[in-house]
Amino acid sequence: MAKITFITQEDEKIVTEGDSGSVMELAVAHNIKGIDGDCGGVCSCATCHVHVAPEFFDKLAAASEIEKDMLEFDDNADAYSRLACQLQVNESLNGIVLRVAGM
Amino acid sequence: MNESELPDPFEQARTDKGFGEMNDQDDPVVMLLRHRDVRKCAHNWKTFQSGAKPGRIVIPSEVYIRDTRQIPFEVDPPMHRTYRSLIEEWFRRPLQADYEQKLLEQVEQAIDEALSRGKLELVSEFSLPLQSRALTLLLNIPYSEADTWISWGTHVFRSEETELDADKANILYDYIDREIDKAQASPGKDLYSVLLASEVEDRTLTKEEVKGVMILTFAGGRDTVINAVTNSIAYFAANPESLKRLRREPEIMGKAVEELIRYFSPLTHMGRVVTQDAEVCNHSIKEDSRISLCWAAANRDAAVFENPNEVILDRKINPHVAFGFSHHKCLGATHARQILKILLTVLAKKVDSIDILSHEEKIEQWGEFQRKVGFESLEVIFNPLN
Repeated sequence: MAKITFITQEDEKIVTEGDSGSVMELAVAHNIKGIDGDCGGVCSCATCHVHVAPEFFDKLAAASEIEKDMLEFDDNADAYSRLACQLQVNESLNGIVLRVAGM
Repeated sequence: MNESELPDPFEQARTDKGFGEMNDQDDPVVMLLRHRDVRKCAHNWKTFQSGAKPGRIVIPSEVYIRDTRQIPFEVDPPMHRTYRSLIEEWFRRPLQADYEQKLLEQVEQAIDEALSRGKLELVSEFSLPLQSRALTLLLNIPYSEADTWISWGTHVFRSEETELDADKANILYDYIDREIDKAQASPGKDLYSVLLASEVEDRTLTKEEVKGVMILTFAGGRDTVINAVTNSIAYFAANPESLKRLRREPEIMGKAVEELIRYFSPLTHMGRVVTQDAEVCNHSIKEDSRISLCWAAANRDAAVFENPNEVILDRKINPHVAFGFSHHKCLGATHARQILKILLTVLAKKVDSIDILSHEEKIEQWGEFQRKVGFESLEVIFNPLN
């Protein structure tokens, strides 16, 4: 079980727990505001954009070219941006803090 | 090739040079065909604008048949965001449980009727009524209003003779004017009333602005949804094993919807007006000329999609641009996705197979390219499960 914390644009902090699926699915299941996951996780909509707390960023599996390309065209993206649909929930994410990106 | 296939007419040009050229009412268009260029230019609203003369970014251009600016579609940032923020929540209502339930009832009714009828002409007797009735949910108005829209036929802007028909377009524009007046006289909980009460920059929206949003809502979701529904049925008619697979693996439904939308790309392309001399694919593009973002071509780009001409129902990574890309991505996408998701779910639940009796393809001509986008007519029989 991994504990994953989301911080919304309104600075609301929501702590969730999960052991499977993607981080986007976990967020949608917990109605995290700003994580819409419109395309269901196939990397076509960028409505699950999060900023990863820097201390956790390097622990994540690297982003694919397709994910990087998607983020390249997002004006709010920074060096710690990821698409939550491309992050699998597992033990290694335990304690991670994700800030929901602006639109 | 079977009836359900949509060939990619852009492959050669996309690979060789990356663009195509076409004329449109003496206002030529450079069509961008590569996934990367399409996304890049869609994102670059400063050089490739939407807020040009109303109707000009549409291809074929509607400048001679329309003065009303479609909102937020024909507006650039930052005003675009202001308008879009007003209506974004409304267009996410399709995710609410009661909306989904009503849509499910509509789709079940349509499929039950199709199963009991035997032979039917899918485009006019199934897809158009389904699209129209679903739109009553998006607008939050009585179900019976769909009868009026169904009576307009499949082409709101086109007639037999011509691509663009001002008289036919005026039927829609005049109708919207009347409905806005009605909502103003007696406000309700419908989209017209909500818009009339909305404020931008400390003032309420003008009737012209409300009309601009409503034209977009009607026009953007009509042919596109009709083609997506018709093409989906044609696909499962020609690929019965895919319907069985959805029954076996309902968990792939979301991916299947995205893949069908990628493959069909119901909107072939959308234009932009060039605000300053620019270069794309080593081709110079002059200020005040037009480019188009060819979603259909980008969605078959082999640099991004493996086996792009195959429908792979559970395609895992699918960065398609069938709903557009960046600021102007389709506002009605949530509604459209729900229609398709529910359609596929009900088909898998109730239909064993579908027979195609006859078909007439709908072919678009864009300069040198001929693209099949769907069907003018498709005569089918639905066979029930068990």
